[in-house]
Amino acid sequence: MAVPGARARGWAAAAKTAQRRRRVEDAGASPSPEMASRRAALYVHWPYCEKRCSYCNFNKYIPRGVQEAAMRNCLVTEAQTLLQLSGVRRVESVFFGGGTPSLASPHTVSAVLEAVARTAHLPADSEVTLEANPTSASGSRLAAFGAAGVNRLSIGLQSLDDSELQLLGRTHSADDALRTLAEARHLFPGRVSVDLMLGLPAQRVGPWIRQLQELLHHCDDHLSLYQLSLERGTALFAQVQQGALPAPDPELAAEMYQKGRAVLREAGFRQYEVSNFARNGALSTHNWTYWQCGQYLGVGPGAHGRFMLQGTGSHTREARIQTLEPDNWMKEVMLSGHGTRKRVPLGKLELLEEVLAMGLRTDVGITHQHWQQFEPQLTLNDVFGASEEVKLLLEQGLLLLDDRGLRCSWEGLAVLDSLLLTLLPRLQEAWQQGTPSLVPGG
Amino acid sequence: MWTLAGRGWWRGRALAPWVTGAANMALPGPRPAPTRRAPAEFRASDRLSSSASLKEKLDMSIFPVENIRNFSIIAHVDHGKSTLADRLLELTGTIDKTKNNKQVLDKLQVERERGITVKAQTASLFYNCERKQYLLNLIDTPGHVDFSYEVSRSLSACQGVLLVVDANEGIQAQTVANFFLAFEAQLSVIPVINKIDLKNADPERVEKQIEKVFDIPSSECIKISAKLGTNVESVLQAVIERIPPPKVHRKNPLRALVFDSIFDQYRGVIANVALFDGVVSKGDKIISAYTQKTYEVNEVGILNPNEHSTHKLLGFLGLLHMEVFNQRLEQEYNASVILTTPTVPYKAVLSSAKLIKEYGDKEITIINPAQFPDKSKVSEYLEPVVLGTIITPDEFTGKIMMLCQARRAIQKNMIFIDQNRVMLKYLFPLNEIVVDFYDSLKSLSSGYASFDYEDAGYQTAELVKMDILLNGNIVEELVTIVHKDKAHFVGKAICERLKDSLPRQLFEIAIQAAIGSKIIARETVKAYRKNVLAKCYGGDITRKMKLLKRQAEGKKKLRKIGNVEVPKDAFIKVLKTQSDK
Repeated sequence: MAVPGARARGWAAAAKTAQRRRRVEDAGASPSPEMASRRAALYVHWPYCEKRCSYCNFNKYIPRGVQEAAMRNCLVTEAQTLLQLSGVRRVESVFFGGGTPSLASPHTVSAVLEAVARTAHLPADSEVTLEANPTSASGSRLAAFGAAGVNRLSIGLQSLDDSELQLLGRTHSADDALRTLAEARHLFPGRVSVDLMLGLPAQRVGPWIRQLQELLHHCDDHLSLYQLSLERGTALFAQVQQGALPAPDPELAAEMYQKGRAVLREAGFRQYEVSNFARNGALSTHNWTYWQCGQYLGVGPGAHGRFMLQGTGSHTREARIQTLEPDNWMKEVMLSGHGTRKRVPLGKLELLEEVLAMGLRTDVGITHQHWQQFEPQLTLNDVFGASEEVKLLLEQGLLLLDDRGLRCSWEGLAVLDSLLLTLLPRLQEAWQQGTPSLVPGG
Repeated sequence: MWTLAGRGWWRGRALAPWVTGAANMALPGPRPAPTRRAPAEFRASDRLSSSASLKEKLDMSIFPVENIRNFSIIAHVDHGKSTLADRLLELTGTIDKTKNNKQVLDKLQVERERGITVKAQTASLFYNCERKQYLLNLIDTPGHVDFSYEVSRSLSACQGVLLVVDANEGIQAQTVANFFLAFEAQLSVIPVINKIDLKNADPERVEKQIEKVFDIPSSECIKISAKLGTNVESVLQAVIERIPPPKVHRKNPLRALVFDSIFDQYRGVIANVALFDGVVSKGDKIISAYTQKTYEVNEVGILNPNEHSTHKLLGFLGLLHMEVFNQRLEQEYNASVILTTPTVPYKAVLSSAKLIKEYGDKEITIINPAQFPDKSKVSEYLEPVVLGTIITPDEFTGKIMMLCQARRAIQKNMIFIDQNRVMLKYLFPLNEIVVDFYDSLKSLSSGYASFDYEDAGYQTAELVKMDILLNGNIVEELVTIVHKDKAHFVGKAICERLKDSLPRQLFEIAIQAAIGSKIIARETVKAYRKNVLAKCYGGDITRKMKLLKRQAEGKKKLRKIGNVEVPKDAFIKVLKTQSDK
C-alpha cells in the first residue's frame, strides 16, 4: 500500500533513473497475451481551464465554481471501478491531461494515484505525467505536484513569440513559459517535455526556425512539434473564415516541419513519432502505449479508453468514451461507479487497422513480433508483400518492409496519411481473403 | 405521323377516343407489363370532377368538334405559365381547389427541385360555359431558352396560345421567340398580362409593348394574377371565344402527331398525340410514317392529369439542360454519369479522296471531337452559328456588347423597344454560347437581360483540336474542338479548373493543354510534402480511423488516368468555365 511519503521518495528515485531507463520498444520478450491483458496505461482528464484558447476544441470547460472535492472523489471512484472492470493488475503509466490539469490541486493527483496503487500495482518508477500551463505552474506548485507523485511534466509552451501567444489566446508570455521550463527542469531533470506549434496564420519559416533554435537552448530532453489544425467551432477558425486572419499556408507549414525535424535530428533528438522528439531515451512511455495499441483506461469526463472486460470470457477489446459534460459525468459516477457513455467492441480487423495506422506513426514502425501478437496467421509480408501499389511505395523509398517489419522512411513519415490510403484497403483485402499467400518466407 | 394499319379483332371497353386533341395512347414497350394496372393513375390527393373520375364511364363522343379547344401556354421563364396552368386546372375542377396546388403539372422531381418545367405536360379539362360543355386540351410548356424544341413540338398540336407576360418585367426574349413560333404556326394568340398583384406591376406599359412588338391591340390583353386567381376565369372564356376548334375529319384515315412521349416501366411507351383525322382505339394497329414500324395500341386515354415516369434523351443545348439531364439520369436510374465537353456539330469539307470515300460524302458533320479530321485532309472547317436576341435594360447595353464581342459575335441589329429597353441581335458562333454565355449575361445584367437564339446556318471557321493531358496522358473526355483564336484562352481556363478540382498526390501532376504536340497552356498540382495528423493520442484514434476509412472509400471511386487520380466531378467543374466574370 503506497502512502504519500513513499510516493515522494519514489519519484525522486525514478527521476534519477531516467537516464538509464530501459528502451520500451527494445524490451525483451513481449508479455504474453494473458499478461498483456492485465496491464494498462491510465489517462485521467481534468476538464477545467481558466479560458478557452482560440484554437482549442477539446472537451474543456470554464468552471463556474470550483468543484474540486466532488471532482476528485469521482475521479478516484471511476479509476477504481474501471480497474476492477478491466481486471488490470498493473498500471504502467499515468497521464493527467485536460483541460488544464495544473489548475487542479496536487491533493487530487495524490488521491488518484493512491487509489490506483490500492486497487492495482503501480510500480514506483512508472511514468506519471502532468500537463502544465505556464500560468498556473509556479515553482512551488510544481514541487507540490512532484510530492504528490508526478515525475514528468509536459509544458504547453506553444510559441516563443508573444504576439503569436496572443493570437492563440494563451494566458502567459514567452518569458513566463521559459521561466516555468527552467523551474520544471530543476525539479524533474530529464523529465520535462515542451510543446511547440507550427503553421500558424501569417507565420514565416525563418522566424519559426529561430524560435526552435532558441528553444533548444532552454529545453530538456523531449519536444513535441504540432502543426496547427483549424477546427470548426473554434474562435481561430471563425477569424480565418471572416478574413480577419489569413489562412495558414500548408506549404510553409510543410517546410517548417521538414526543416524543424532536421534541426532536431542534428541536435541529437530521435524523432520517435510523427510529432514527438526525444534524446537520451526520454520517450513518453504513456503515449507509446497508444501507438503500440496497448490497453489504456480513460478516467474523467470525455476520456477515451481501450481495454478488454475481465471475466466475461470474451477477448474483445472495447473502445470506450466517458460522458463528456462534467456535471452529468459526476452524477453517473456517483450513481453507478463510472460514467461510461459508450462502449463499442472492436472487431479483429478493426483492431488490426489500428495497429497498422498507429504503429506506422513511430520510427520503428510495426515489427514482425509486434504484428504477430495481434495477427498470428497473416504476416506483414502476406498482407503487403505482393501488392503492386505497396511495391510502388517501397520503390519510392517511402516505406520499408524487411526482416524487422514494416515502417515509414524519414520521407514517408511526413505523408503517412496518404500511404495509409493504400495500406488500409490492402489490409482489408488480405483479411477477407484469409489464407496466407504462397510467397515463401511469408 | 401514324396511320391505321387495320383494326384489331377486339375492342376493349375503354373509351373510344373520338376526342380530337390531346389524347394518350399506351404502346407496348420492350418489356411486357408484369402486372395489369388501372388505365388511369390519379394522384390520391386529387379529387376529380365527376365527369372525368372514371375512365370507363367517359364517352368522348359527347364532345362535338366545335366544343373542343387545343391550346398551349407560352411565356418567358418565370412569368407564370405553370401557376396559370394550376389555376385553370382548379377552375375546371380537375384538381381540388382547397389543396395548395403548386405547379401541379411539374411532375419530375428535378422540375420540382429547381422550380422549372422540363417536360411538356398535358391535361384535358372540362369546362361548362353557357350551358355547353367544352373539352379544353392544355399543354404546358417549358420557358427556358434551352427547351425551344419542346415548345415548337407542342405548338403543332394546338390551334391557339395564351401568351403570358409578367406585368413588371414586360416582354422578354422568350416572349418574343415564342410569339414568333406561334405566329408562324398561324395560331391565335391571346395575350395575358400576369402578376398584376405585385407592387411594381405596370400593365399599361406592358400593353403598349405588346402592341408595338406584336401588333396586337391592347384591348385584347387580359390582365390577371395567376397566384391569387384574379380574373383567371376570363382567360377560359377567351380560350373558348378566340381560339378556333380544330379542323378534323373523323371519317378520314387516322392521322396523328406525336408531340411527346414517355416510358412507363410497367406499361411501355406512352405517346402524347394530337389526332388530326380519324379515330384510334385500343387494339388498333398503327404505323409510324417515319420509321414504317407497326405498333399495337394497348390503351388510349386522356390526361386529367396523370402521373408518368419519364425518360427522354436530349441533345445538349446548354448547361442547365445538361445538368438537368444528368440529375434526372442519376435520380431515375441511380446512375453516375461521366460527362464530356459539350460540343456543337461542326462540319468539315474534306479534301482527301480516301476520307471522302470512307464517309460517303464530301461534307461531314463532326459530332465527336475525337473524330476531328486533320487539317491536311480538309479544305474548310465550318461552325454552326445562331442569331441571338437579347433584351436588356439600357444601362447594361455597353457591358453586354463587350460580352458579345468577346464571344466572336457580330451585331446585326439594335433597337429600342421602349424608353428603357433595348433589343440586340447578334450572330454568334454556337460554340461560344453553349456553355456559360447565358449565365454570364444574367450575371452582367443582374438578371434583367433575357436571351434566345435560333439556328442561322454555318460559317467558315479556323478550328483546331485541343487535347488535355495529365502527366502526359491524354484525357479522352476533355478533347475539345476550339477556334484558333480562343485556343489559349480556353486551354488555360480548362487547366486552371482542373487544377482546382484534382486532389494532391504524392507526386506532382502536370496539367497541359496541347494542339498537336505544341503545349499551349499548363498548370501544376504540387505534391504533398506533409500529410499526417499531428496529434494522435487516445482520444483522437477513433475519429482518425473513421476519417481514414472514409477517405479510403472515396479513393476507390476515383478514376485513374495514368497515375493521376481523378474525381468524377472534376470534369463537370471544368465545363463551367467562368471566363467572363
